[in-house]
Amino acid sequence: MGEISERAAVRRLYDRFGFGPEPGAVDAGFDAAVVRLFGTAAEAGAPPPALTELPMAAKGDKEAKKAANKGRAGQELALATWWLDRMVAGERATERLTWFWHGHFATSSQKVRSPRSMLAQNQLFRANARGSFTELAHAMIVDAAMIRWLDANDNRKGSPNENLAREFLELFTLGIGQYTEVDVFEAARALTGWTVRRTSAEARFVPKRYDSDPKTIFGKTGDFDAKAFADLALAKPESAAFVVGRLWFRLVSPTPPSAQTLARLVAAYGSKRDIQAVLKAIVAEPAFRDTSSAMVKQPVEWAVGLMRALNVRPAKFDDKTRLKVLAGLRGMGQVPFRPPSVGGWPSGASWLTTSAGVARLQLAQLLVKQAQLEKLSVDGVRVLLGVDAWSARTKDALAGLTDPAQLTAVAACAPEYVVSG
Amino acid sequence: MDNLTRRRFLTMSGATAAGALAVGATQVSWSDLMGAAVENPLQSEDSVLVVVTLYGGNDGLNTVVPAGDPEYQKARPDLAYEQNEVLDLGDGLGLNPGLKGLKGLWDDKALAIVRGVGYPQPDRSHFRSMAIWQTAAPKSPVPTGWLGRWLDATGADPLHAVSVEPTLPPLLAGATTAAASLPVRGLKLPSGKVGTAFAALGKPSPGEEHWQAQAAKSLGDLQNAVRVLGGAVHDQDERDDDEDEQKTKGASAGGGSQLGAQLDLVAGLVEAGVPTRAYSVSLGGFDTHADERGTQERLLAELDGALTPFVQRMRKSDRGRQVVVLVYSEFGRRVHANGSDGTDHGTAGPLFMLGDKVQGGFYGAQPSLTDLANGDLVATTDFRDVYGTVLRGVLGADGERILDGHTGNIDGLLKV
Repeated sequence: MGEISERAAVRRLYDRFGFGPEPGAVDAGFDAAVVRLFGTAAEAGAPPPALTELPMAAKGDKEAKKAANKGRAGQELALATWWLDRMVAGERATERLTWFWHGHFATSSQKVRSPRSMLAQNQLFRANARGSFTELAHAMIVDAAMIRWLDANDNRKGSPNENLAREFLELFTLGIGQYTEVDVFEAARALTGWTVRRTSAEARFVPKRYDSDPKTIFGKTGDFDAKAFADLALAKPESAAFVVGRLWFRLVSPTPPSAQTLARLVAAYGSKRDIQAVLKAIVAEPAFRDTSSAMVKQPVEWAVGLMRALNVRPAKFDDKTRLKVLAGLRGMGQVPFRPPSVGGWPSGASWLTTSAGVARLQLAQLLVKQAQLEKLSVDGVRVLLGVDAWSARTKDALAGLTDPAQLTAVAACAPEYVVSG
Repeated sequence: MDNLTRRRFLTMSGATAAGALAVGATQVSWSDLMGAAVENPLQSEDSVLVVVTLYGGNDGLNTVVPAGDPEYQKARPDLAYEQNEVLDLGDGLGLNPGLKGLKGLWDDKALAIVRGVGYPQPDRSHFRSMAIWQTAAPKSPVPTGWLGRWLDATGADPLHAVSVEPTLPPLLAGATTAAASLPVRGLKLPSGKVGTAFAALGKPSPGEEHWQAQAAKSLGDLQNAVRVLGGAVHDQDERDDDEDEQKTKGASAGGGSQLGAQLDLVAGLVEAGVPTRAYSVSLGGFDTHADERGTQERLLAELDGALTPFVQRMRKSDRGRQVVVLVYSEFGRRVHANGSDGTDHGTAGPLFMLGDKVQGGFYGAQPSLTDLANGDLVATTDFRDVYGTVLRGVLGADGERILDGHTGNIDGLLKV
C-alpha cells in the first residue's frame, strides 16, 4: 500500500468532503482546499422551494387522491432539484455532510409522504452538519419526518411502538449488540408523547400521551424523556466509536480504521461530540492518503460531481430535464430523499451493476447536453473532470471521439471517474 | 485488520451483505446464460430452487391465521381476522384473505406450510435477523450466505445461482463465488462512436486498483448482456409503482417491488433451459408497525398475484415441474397488537414451499399462543431444517457440510 500523490490527495479531499473539484480547484493545493472545505462562514445557497400544505383527499375520492399524489410528486421533484442544486453549488463540506446524515438517519419520502417534513429534516441535517452530534441526535429523535417514518406517531403511554427506539440504538447511535430488548422497550416508553398531526410538518409534545413513570435503560432508572434517552445512548462509550466509524466508512474507506486511528478520531470527537473536529482529524490521518482508500462513488456523488465539472446547475434545467435527471438517478439506484430502508444505501460493488451502467451513460449524455463545451482533447477532458490520470485502456477508448459532448459523456463513465481513487 | 474486527465493523455498519461486499457480484450476461443453456442445458431431472425473501418481518399470525383461537382474538382485537374472513385450511387455521390463489394451490396439494419456523435466541433487529436467515448462522456472524456456500461447494460457477435484484442479497455470496445478477428491466446502449468507446472502457487494465477493475468488469459484462438481449426482450417501460399510503406503510425495512416481473424473468430463464439451479427474488414493505391489516393484506395479495401464476406456469413444462419455491421473512411479529393497530418485531413465523415436487400440507407444530417467551411465539421448527431439506432434496447437496453440521430435516416435505 502506497501513498497517493499530493495532487491526488487534494482531489480526494474534494471528492470526499465536497462533491468533487471544479476545474482548476486542485491547483490551489491541499491546505487551501482544507481551508475552503472546512471554513465556517455560512453559505447563503438558494432558498428552498415554497412547499404549501397538500390538500387531503377524502376517503374514496379517486380524483382528489390522484390530484394529491400529483401535487406531492411535484413537490418532491422541486425539493430534490433544489438539494441537488445546492450540492452542485456548495463551496464547503456542509452539503456533503448533509448528504451523509441523510444516509445515516435514512428517512424516505416513500412512507413519510410529506415533502415539507422532509425539507425540515434536511434543514436540520444542514444546520448541524459539522456541529455537535448531541444536537443532531436531539433534533432527530423528535423530528417530524422521522416520527412518521418509524411509526413514533403511534407510540403512546400504554401502547409503546418500538420502531424508532430500536433503530435509534441500532443504526443511529450505538450499533447492534450494545443494548438489550429491555432497553428497547423502556426507550420506546421514554419516546412516548411526541406526535405529528396529519396536516402538520412539525412534531409536538402531548403530555397526556407521555408515559411519565420511571424507566430503566442501560441499568439506570429515572423518568427519562426523549432527550434524556438520547443522552443515555450517546453517553455509552461504544457510541463515539460507532459514529466515527460510520463517518470513516462513507468518507474514507470501507476498511475500518486501525485501533490507533480510531482512538485519535474518538479523542477529536470528544465530549462535545464535535463532527468538524473529527473531519479535520480524518484529513490528517496517514490512511486518508493511502492508495487503498478508494471508493466507488455513490450515484448522487457521481452525478453532482459531473455537474460541478460541467458548470451546470439543476436549478436552471427545465422541468422535463429535471425529471430525467431523477429518472437517471433512479436507474442507478439512488434518489435523494428516498433511501431503500432505514439502514441507508448500500456501497461498493452494489453500485456496479449492469443496469446501473446503462443508466449512468444515459444520464451523462443528458448532463453534457446542458453544458457549453469547447473543443477538448482526451487529456483536456481528464483535467475537466479532475481525474488524476487515464489508463492506457481509457485513453484508447476515448481516442476515437472528437465531439466534446460525446467525449465527456463517455469519459464520465470511465472506471477512473466512477471510482474515487 | 483481523477478520473479527472487520466483521464487527460490517455488522455495525448495518451492512448485512458482508460477504457480498467482499466478493462483489458477478454480472453475468445473457450470452453466458443462453450459451450455457445450449451447451449444457438444465437437465429436466435437475430441480431448481426459487427463494422469495419478504423484507420487513411478515406477520405470520395474520398470514396463516388461528382465527378460531380465542387467545388470538384476545391478543389483537382490532387486528384479528374472524373465522369467516379467512380461507380455511383445517387444523383451526386459515389463510389471509389476500392469498386466494395460494388457497387454490393448497387445495391442489402444491402448497406446504411449515409452521413456527425460527432460530434459537431470536434477534429483533431487521438487519441482524435477516443476516441470520441468509447466512444460516444464528450464533455468530459469518461472511457467507447459505446458497453462497453451496455455490462454493459446487465448483464455484456463478451461473449456478442468479439474483433478479438490483443488488446482490447476502444469501448468494460465497467465500470464493458470488451469484450472478441480472436486472429485470431492459438494457439498451447507443451505437456508433459512443457505443464503441463505451464498450472499450470495459477492457481490463493491468495493475488497476480493485474498485476500478470491478467497474471495468461490470462494463465488460454489460456489453455481452446487451449483445444477446438486443435491448428488446425485456425492454419494459418503467411502471409507475402504485404508491399509496396503505402500501408504503411498512416500507422502512427495504426489499424489492414488482415481484411479478422478477418471477416472469425467472420463468423465462427456467423454460429456456439455463443451467441455473437457484434464484433469488424479493418483496419489501412488511414492517407493519401501524395500521397493519390493510397494508399486509395488500402486500400478501401482491405476493399471491405473483406466485400463483408463476407456479401454474411452471407446472406446464418438464423443467418447470422441477421448480420448488421457498418463501420466508426475517421474523414474525408480536402476538399482541401494539396499540397502533400494528405489531412490533417478533419471532417465529410460517414458511411456504410451493411447486409440483412439494408434498402439500402442514409441517411443524403451530406455536402456542399461551406458552410465550417474553410475549413472543416460541419456534417449533429450526429454519436450518428447511434449508437442509432443500439442499438435499432440491439441490442434491451435502446439507450438513453447508449448514455447519446441522442435520435436521423435514420428512415428507418433498416428493421423492
